Amino acid sequence: MKDEGGRMKEKLGTAGCSRLRALGESLRQLFILHPSSFILRAVLIATAMCAGMLSSAVHADRVPKPVVEAGQGEKCVENTEFMRRNHMELLKHQRDETLHKGIRTRSHSLNGCIECHASRKNNSVVGNDQNFCQSCHSYVAAKLDCFECHSSKPKPQAQKQADAAQRPAGQGAK
Amino acid sequence: MTGPEHTPAPPETMSRRQFIGWGAAAVAGIAIAPGVTLFDLAHGRPVGQAASNKVRWGMLIDTNQCRAGCNDCVTACNTENHLSGGLRETDSQWIRKIELKDLRSGKTHSLPMMCQHCEHPPCVDVCPTGASFKRADGIVLVDRHICIGCRYCMMACPYKARSFVHEEVTGQNPDVPRGKGCVESCTLCVHRIDRDQKPACVEACAAAGHNAIIFGDLNDPQSEISKRIATYATTQVRADLALNTAVRYQGI
Repeated sequence: MKDEGGRMKEKLGTAGCSRLRALGESLRQLFILHPSSFILRAVLIATAMCAGMLSSAVHADRVPKPVVEAGQGEKCVENTEFMRRNHMELLKHQRDETLHKGIRTRSHSLNGCIECHASRKNNSVVGNDQNFCQSCHSYVAAKLDCFECHSSKPKPQAQKQADAAQRPAGQGAK
Repeated sequence: MTGPEHTPAPPETMSRRQFIGWGAAAVAGIAIAPGVTLFDLAHGRPVGQAASNKVRWGMLIDTNQCRAGCNDCVTACNTENHLSGGLRETDSQWIRKIELKDLRSGKTHSLPMMCQHCEHPPCVDVCPTGASFKRADGIVLVDRHICIGCRYCMMACPYKARSFVHEEVTGQNPDVPRGKGCVESCTLCVHRIDRDQKPACVEACAAAGHNAIIFGDLNDPQSEISKRIATYATTQVRADLALNTAVRYQGI
């Protein structure tokens, strides 16, 4: 087997810098099946991986990420990881329960989501790319058509209070 | 062996066995299973419980009380459901005021006309997608997630109660989602009924002092609407179609 490092050294002569010499040395070690070459190879690969990770960390800021604004609520009804994957299933289930059976529990309803996640600035979950729903949906280019029919803003406080006041305890409309 | 069952019954008017028997009957009467009761104690249904077919919501409209020129029910409906209130062919109308005149006698009637919430709704029969449906408590609704806007139900409805949304809608009531491309009609203010409130038109009519619309449970013989229907002659519009409407009229 021809010695690559040696050939390079011949070409560059003694003018080659110490880094090149070291590279040549390590390459030679790689190609000659020396007992210690396995260790050297492992060290080299590890170094390369570390360098790769470092460079990606340096360039992390160049990858755009959705900027999600803090909403009006404090804690979600489920944990974040679960919600990221399953919010659409919860919403779809709840919409059928509400529309067909009249079950209007708040925790997984779209209105419940909007009440907490509406922006403090424009009181909405859509409208600009920092708003809760729109930020991620525009980032992943998933069409968001809930708000073609549904209101993207929470109920006005006055309306909420009126609803609560009008509900008689335990007695329905006869 | 002397167990508690062998001790002589205490000298009371009600024996222990009797007491236990009555107690069990009382418990069975109140709850067969969680959420299932033998007797409907009140219509107030917990938020997490589904609408029941033991209830059938309906309305009785007394045309003698309804005033010509009064439009309060229509206005209240428009406000509650965020309708434009326009009268063009392309504007949604969930409830309309109609003036009737008997040509021979000259007698006029004024009455509101809306979805009649039929027991056998033709709109549900013809819907190709299953978007048009009747809820367990008799309210006829459109599931806008399924509606494709074919408008077959509008053709089928004998009361012209349904409208198609032709234009984009903004600023909806969070409880009443509505948007372009779907058919819609009176929901009997289902979001209010689920909160134990009466429909907006009923409240507006009462607020105007006319009390021409009575809302209640047609299945409950003790409700005011059932008592009125049992006492006075009431009419279903197009009764010949045998749709068994939930909206009845008195005085026409």
